[in-house]
Amino acid sequence: MLSMQEILETIKMIQEENLDIRTITMGISIRDCCHPDPEVACRNIYDKITRLAGGLVEGGEDIAREYGIPIVNKRISVTPLALIAEASQADSYLPFARALDMAAREVGVNYIGGFSALVHKGFTRGDQKLIQAIPRALASTERVCSSVNVATTRAGINMDAVCQMGQVIKETARLTADQEGLGCTKLVVFANVPEDNPFMAGAFHGIGEPECVINVGVSGPGVVKSAVKRVEGEDFGTLAETIKKTAFKITRMGELVGRRAASRLGAPFGIVDISLAPTPAVGDSVADILEAMGLERCGTHGTTAALALLNDAVKKGGAMASSYVGGLSGAFIPVSEDMGMVRAVEDGALSMDKLEAMTCVCSVGLDMIAVPGDTSAETISAIIADEAAIGVANQKTTAVRIIPVPNKKVGDYVEYGVLLGRAPVIKVNPFSSNQFVRRGGRIPAPVQSLRN
Amino acid sequence: MSQMKELPKGNRVIVSVIGPDKVGIINGVTSVLSSNGINILDISQTVMQEFLVMVLVGDMEGSKVDMATMKDLLHEKGREIGVRIDAQHEDVFNFMHRI
Repeated sequence: MLSMQEILETIKMIQEENLDIRTITMGISIRDCCHPDPEVACRNIYDKITRLAGGLVEGGEDIAREYGIPIVNKRISVTPLALIAEASQADSYLPFARALDMAAREVGVNYIGGFSALVHKGFTRGDQKLIQAIPRALASTERVCSSVNVATTRAGINMDAVCQMGQVIKETARLTADQEGLGCTKLVVFANVPEDNPFMAGAFHGIGEPECVINVGVSGPGVVKSAVKRVEGEDFGTLAETIKKTAFKITRMGELVGRRAASRLGAPFGIVDISLAPTPAVGDSVADILEAMGLERCGTHGTTAALALLNDAVKKGGAMASSYVGGLSGAFIPVSEDMGMVRAVEDGALSMDKLEAMTCVCSVGLDMIAVPGDTSAETISAIIADEAAIGVANQKTTAVRIIPVPNKKVGDYVEYGVLLGRAPVIKVNPFSSNQFVRRGGRIPAPVQSLRN
Repeated sequence: MSQMKELPKGNRVIVSVIGPDKVGIINGVTSVLSSNGINILDISQTVMQEFLVMVLVGDMEGSKVDMATMKDLLHEKGREIGVRIDAQHEDVFNFMHRI
């Protein structure tokens, strides 16, 4: 029988420490929606999504009520659209983005991921058309998210794609200038992208995935922070052990909800993504955890070590708690969505360079970072290249979601509302990377032995 | 590992009550449960600082209402008495604390 303490611990986690299920994401294969006539293909896509995901939102809400645990987001990911749209004779892939947007609206999800292309080794014609369509797709739709994988450890880094994505990000910011570059918050550039990630904006339904699948992303930085505070002054062994046990409990909730959602929605259960995902809510911050470990401000010396410990302990605890762990599964360090990170930037403790170092030991990368509007496309490409190199060399996922906010300079703020938060504009290195990123071609895959 | 039960019936519910101690809390909560056919299997309570913390385990087998409705009824009763009442499926606790 459960003890009173155990019951109260769970209730406290949910009521006071913001424990929640961050997302139930339904992955849907749209491979069977291909058609030479783009109109038919779009209709196939719309019909399939609305048919399979019709009960997603209601089902999620019912499970949240039954278990008394909030399920914050219900979302959909689909097969990378370049693979599907390519079969049609369409010149522009914008109608496909609109079909996804309409389907998302119809079933009531706030984001749908999969306006994506995998170009780590090169482009097909469909990939090119999709990438060209990204800025207008993100500017003219509300819920569609886009991602492009530009590098893998086995293929190296497609620098042509990296170079192009710098321009795509700039153009997306320009087309959504009236919303402070909001389009860029829905665009992720990846290296070693996972195929079962449930978190937006980088989610898509990989080509090795089944027809339809339920993936779950857990959260719980607030719970981990409280646990870390309870072992103040104790040694690192105790600290790691405490985080591990806490991560275990958090992940169990994800496992429970994922299985229940899968059986209710009649789809197989895919994975639990054990990432620590912060939100702009007070107390739901990864930076706060690092500071609770004994750093005055996130970003100071020791931050990378603290984050490495946190990330590893979360994985160890999470891996024990779930039968299938997947997706990104690491700590997220988005700036705008984490009030502790915002404060660290404001206090001058956290810079772009330190954030880059932190991405070496956690998922996922430079996330939700606002940079000055006059940052050049080449500089953004170079930032992407750096992140991709970290991912490729370390056999891990890295990503860049960066917003060159039109007409803003260092020290200004951007406000994206409750979900995406607010971010101070961060300084980038003023020296040019133009000649480097314009070379073109591919950076070869790294050697896998000689690991130093 | 505890298996998830597929049927909504035959499940137990954990009702938690947290708030300032006063006359009539147990009566208020149990009246909601009994009037809906929920058998109380266990009650445990403690006082933390000035707050009363009470946990009840109820059997939903003969319940006239589903979990969501019962939650709403308990929330309402909680507002009336001035305490926080929550109800969660027992799997939430079993899954977190038992392998």
